[in-house]
Amino acid sequence: MLHSIIALYHFQFIQNALLSGIFIALGSAVVGYFLIGGGYTFAGHALPNIGFAGAAGAVLLGIKPVYGLFAMTILASAAMSGGGREVRERDVSIGVVMSFGLGLGLMFLSLYGGYAERVYSILFGTVLGITRNDVMFTAFMSLVSVCLMLFMFRPLLFVLFDPFVAEAKGVPVRLLTMLFFVVLAVTVSLAVQVVGSLLVFTMLVGPGATASRFTRKPHVAIALAALLGIAYMFTGVTLAGLSGNWPVSFFIASVSFLVYMPVRIFYRGKGKPDRFGRRVVECPIRDGFLRSGDKLKNRQAQC
Amino acid sequence: MSFEAASLERVPVFLRDVRIRLGSRVIQDEMSFRIEDGEFIAVLGPNGAGKTTFLKLLLGQVPYEAGEVLVFGARPRRGNPKIGYSPQFRTLDANFAVRARDLVGFGLDGHRFGFAFPSRKRGKLIDQALEEVRATEYAEAAVGELSGGERQRLSLAQVLIGNPGLVLLDEPLANLDIASAQEIISLVARLCVSRKVAVMLVTHDVNPLLPHIDRVLFMANGRSAIGRPETVITRETLSSLYNHPVDVVEAGGKKFVLGVEI
Repeated sequence: MLHSIIALYHFQFIQNALLSGIFIALGSAVVGYFLIGGGYTFAGHALPNIGFAGAAGAVLLGIKPVYGLFAMTILASAAMSGGGREVRERDVSIGVVMSFGLGLGLMFLSLYGGYAERVYSILFGTVLGITRNDVMFTAFMSLVSVCLMLFMFRPLLFVLFDPFVAEAKGVPVRLLTMLFFVVLAVTVSLAVQVVGSLLVFTMLVGPGATASRFTRKPHVAIALAALLGIAYMFTGVTLAGLSGNWPVSFFIASVSFLVYMPVRIFYRGKGKPDRFGRRVVECPIRDGFLRSGDKLKNRQAQC
Repeated sequence: MSFEAASLERVPVFLRDVRIRLGSRVIQDEMSFRIEDGEFIAVLGPNGAGKTTFLKLLLGQVPYEAGEVLVFGARPRRGNPKIGYSPQFRTLDANFAVRARDLVGFGLDGHRFGFAFPSRKRGKLIDQALEEVRATEYAEAAVGELSGGERQRLSLAQVLIGNPGLVLLDEPLANLDIASAQEIISLVARLCVSRKVAVMLVTHDVNPLLPHIDRVLFMANGRSAIGRPETVITRETLSSLYNHPVDVVEAGGKKFVLGVEI
């Protein structure tokens, strides 16, 4: 078993898959944290599907699908960042645009009529068809994205979490939101090439959602999400390599799911004790005041 | 800067004949008053009278059509570090894992770009602010898990950590039970005195504030009146403000305005 795993890692295409997986996990961890925090996860699902239309269109035009992918996701993300601040209204318009994108992609595909393997790989990923050049490109773009995100870390957190105060404090809200969406588009496009449009969510949101159940510290949550993402990638690629022809995306998505579910169920749900034995309870504090010495734990006792 | 503006450098708010227009509607006209250091002012008036708009004017987010507005001797501008602001609405999502202390930290350096390593000095400042509003107990709790009163306290801490000279609180007492509202009010009143901060607090019910406030700014019908509560919340002043007969009844040390909506 161990021998076959080590043998597996000698193949260059496996190495390429793992390397780009690491960089995608890094970028996704940073972007994913803000995506979840800002309540933009639906955009994270919609963007790759819109990207699919771009890729299919590019195939139809006879150019590399990656160009179409990047062009469409960046275009769509710029449009989304200008959309309404109201989450509900925003999700409706994103949904409408997304289904239009999918329809468009389908039409491009049927117009093309040829061998649609390349489009199929956009939808479900081609983890094992990654070249060294792809790895370099992914690494470069991921690192640029991560650096940009770290540079705007504090103001972006401020904008996503407390937009009205951020605006009053003179933070360039629109510019930051737009930059964030462009970085999101780049990250999504990179991830699409590996895990595929339909499964980008597993890398973008899966590790971040799991990590933020374990810690409330932003930096720690991002670091943990990156580690989880890298672990998912390694597990997925290894299992796929060992199994022969089962798709990598399936394994990555399964691992992401199998880790998230128990954490979601057993860890810090409403009314369930967290690791400090505290419960999330809805309880009006009787005298409206917590005195020093009143631990949160004691709060339920007052109720 | 004119000579007058220079001498108004220490005056939190100075308005002369200010007119605010939003679209085709004049929200407020002929606003003229000044607010001094350490003053606690309640801003009252019916919905749509321009209370929030007035705060946004001071924040440099809404332009004025006529007159002169000076905040510490300078024209209003976005990102003025001398102003602390707590908005009426907040979307504090329960799913988001940001802690109470992170929210307070926004007030310290949330507007700054560049990566920052967690530092002891920063942590200490946040601890102090939390202590000042007595929120130390839930410093590590996720903001989404806290009650309305606790969130308001964090909001105050976030405002205070910026060390402002003027604090604008937009309906901090909305949706709070009486006890929590009382706590917030006495916290604000205490800070007003100890820190010499001018506070403008928008509210719909002036009664719990009466023992603490210096003056009332009453906005209605495109106009405003400012002064001691006993001179502003009267039949005469309010009737002329609303252009409509208004009755003020006093009972049990409380004032009730009858005939119009506040």
